[in-house]
Amino acid sequence: MPGTVQSIERAAAVLRLLAESTRPLGVVEIAHALSLPKGTAHGIIRTLHTVGFVDQDDRSGRYQLGSQLVRLGGHQLDRNELRSCAMNWADTLASRTGESVRIGVLDQPSQVTIVHHVFRPDDSVQVMEIGRVLPAHACALGKAILAHTPGNGGWLKGSTLEGLTARTVTDGRALLGQLSTVRERGWASDVEELDSREASIAAPIRDHGGVVVGAVAITGSTKALCDTGRNPRPRLAARVVDTARAITGELATRRE
Amino acid sequence: MKREFIAAIDQGTTSTRCILFDHAGRLVSVAQREHRQIFPRPGWVEHDPVEIWRNVERVVPRAVAQARAEPDQIAALGIANQRETVVLWERRSGRPVGNAITWQDTRTANLVDQLAADGGVDRFRERCGLPLMTYFSGPTLKWMLRQDPILREQAERGELLFGTMETWLIWNLTGGPDGGLHLTDVTNASRTMLMDLSTLQWDEELLDAFGVPAAMLPHIRSNVEVYGAATTVLPGTSIAAALGDQQAALFGQTCFSPGEAKCTYGTGAFLLLNTGPDPVRSSHGLLSTVGYQVGDGAPTYALEGSIAVTGSLVQWLRDRLGLIDSAPEIETLARTVEDNGGCYIVPAFSGLFAPHWRSEARGLIIGLTSYITKGHLARAILEATAWQTREVVDAMNADSGLALTGLKVDGGMTSDHLLMQTIADVLDVPVERPLVSETVSLGAAYAAGLAVGFWPELKGLRHHWHRAARWLPEMSAPRRAKEYDNWQRAVARTYDWIRNEDEDGPGA
Repeated sequence: MPGTVQSIERAAAVLRLLAESTRPLGVVEIAHALSLPKGTAHGIIRTLHTVGFVDQDDRSGRYQLGSQLVRLGGHQLDRNELRSCAMNWADTLASRTGESVRIGVLDQPSQVTIVHHVFRPDDSVQVMEIGRVLPAHACALGKAILAHTPGNGGWLKGSTLEGLTARTVTDGRALLGQLSTVRERGWASDVEELDSREASIAAPIRDHGGVVVGAVAITGSTKALCDTGRNPRPRLAARVVDTARAITGELATRRE
Repeated sequence: MKREFIAAIDQGTTSTRCILFDHAGRLVSVAQREHRQIFPRPGWVEHDPVEIWRNVERVVPRAVAQARAEPDQIAALGIANQRETVVLWERRSGRPVGNAITWQDTRTANLVDQLAADGGVDRFRERCGLPLMTYFSGPTLKWMLRQDPILREQAERGELLFGTMETWLIWNLTGGPDGGLHLTDVTNASRTMLMDLSTLQWDEELLDAFGVPAAMLPHIRSNVEVYGAATTVLPGTSIAAALGDQQAALFGQTCFSPGEAKCTYGTGAFLLLNTGPDPVRSSHGLLSTVGYQVGDGAPTYALEGSIAVTGSLVQWLRDRLGLIDSAPEIETLARTVEDNGGCYIVPAFSGLFAPHWRSEARGLIIGLTSYITKGHLARAILEATAWQTREVVDAMNADSGLALTGLKVDGGMTSDHLLMQTIADVLDVPVERPLVSETVSLGAAYAAGLAVGFWPELKGLRHHWHRAARWLPEMSAPRRAKEYDNWQRAVARTYDWIRNEDEDGPGA
């Protein structure tokens, strides 16, 4: 048997330490606990962060086990179960806002698949969009999920993204800036970035472990969703956030 | 204070819920409490009426509080309830005599056979619209009174009262032993086998056949009228509607014109078709029933197709075969394959219901080859619900002379996108889901709101109905015909499985 790879052993020790900890840990604490030089510990943690096995808390800078790692071992949420849990809440959101509602999941790093669609309640002819795939960078659903998907910094930073309208954010670095705002305020938006007449507001849905598994959005005319300065109306954003929270709660009770 | 809400109580088989609706027919708050299912013997299923009444006392104030409303903001109260379940209680003390015997209880199987021996299962169909079966109230009531001669004497003296769930709740809401109103509505009464479907009155011959003293029966009222004011729970609030749950769903889906139909998909499925002002007697295995009656107006009748096993087949895949962890995952499993691979499942777990009514049939899986995977089984399970719907729709079209042009659906299984698409495919009509999926409660709320003028008229309620989803048929006609033929051949092979001398079936 060939010898073991030391850096992988050390990485495993870091993960075990984070798994056993009841709170996020700082680099110095980790280095100290494993008797590693601070520089070495930092290098390992940053690598684990890049691949999504470790998450960094925005405010404290401390580290915890990453959502990607949880996904590797855990039961992945079934998208049809997500729809089933979300249905009553999505209906209520459509009825309260008068707009259509969609729920999406991230299928590939850059693609959102629609898993649930509630028509705009005006009885106009609308087509069921379940199964439709959207570019994640150009829609509110995608941004709400990407903002909470660790490891996307790498591919977004240097890349130029496809422009779907004149307003699509095509600069990866600019999008990363938006995602940071999304994390702060708890919701995402796109204003004529996917379709030149429409805007959308989305908020993330989390599973019982707190991992973001999808997002819920309302979509409508820019006039309906935004003020004259093209800023999404806070009242509508609050409704979307409330709905995402209610679905998150429903997922938690379903898994008990 | 402004009267802003209507409260609906949905007293269902597993739980009691209270939902508040606003003027636009939107759901404002929900409170729910489950009750015990009591199984004293195999095939017996009972509920404790006192427990259910206590749950009403709890959930109504909770729903009002959740809406941050004051009780005097509630314009009226409507009730929808599990149908056919029987409660007996003492007029003077208000105490129930034993548990309620539910519609799922099969203890009257022998009694029903005896009654059918003299004139067949359809001997009362002309009068009451129903075949002799264990789940209607008449046989249950006969069984209860036959068990205990003292009960019969009390019933004859008017000291013992009979009611289905809405009767029990209204009596308690209006004072119980202290002046409680003893009444039922035309839809619930139409499930007892004791009411003449044309006159909407208790029928002497039927009462005689089931040995029921008239003194114990509630007054039959319409679905939409102020019965009285509550003296407890929401004191002073008008109790203004009562309907059986499936009829409430028909009302909540605003199926107000002949030819309009809804299907509620749950453990089983119930398809009701509005047939207009005259009862349509089914010659294709459907039930004739009252749809609704507004005040003094003419009643609207309905044909009902009851499918015993739909959601429970998915539960079987989950709990008995263990192929999925949760019911919604059946769609994920079914989507691992393109089609059923030639495999069909007929879930005749306790015989076939509408439109076949073959109690000796048992379920089968047919078309098995080494090619079949669990994905194909999942497809076949979803398709079984779709084809059973098709059989009921065909029977309805034949009985009513109306061709269904679209189906409004509700219930938990409407979250299954593949199933809804499959139903549209096999029916060859659009399938539509409304924005408010709580159609049972909504129907009770609509009826109560109409009675007190919260909503001015029936037709206007249609404006509250909004389409949340619509599935259009995509299957080619030749493929539909071939698949239906395969399904029907599979169904035919389930017949004659249980033999009389061998009631438990081979292998038992």
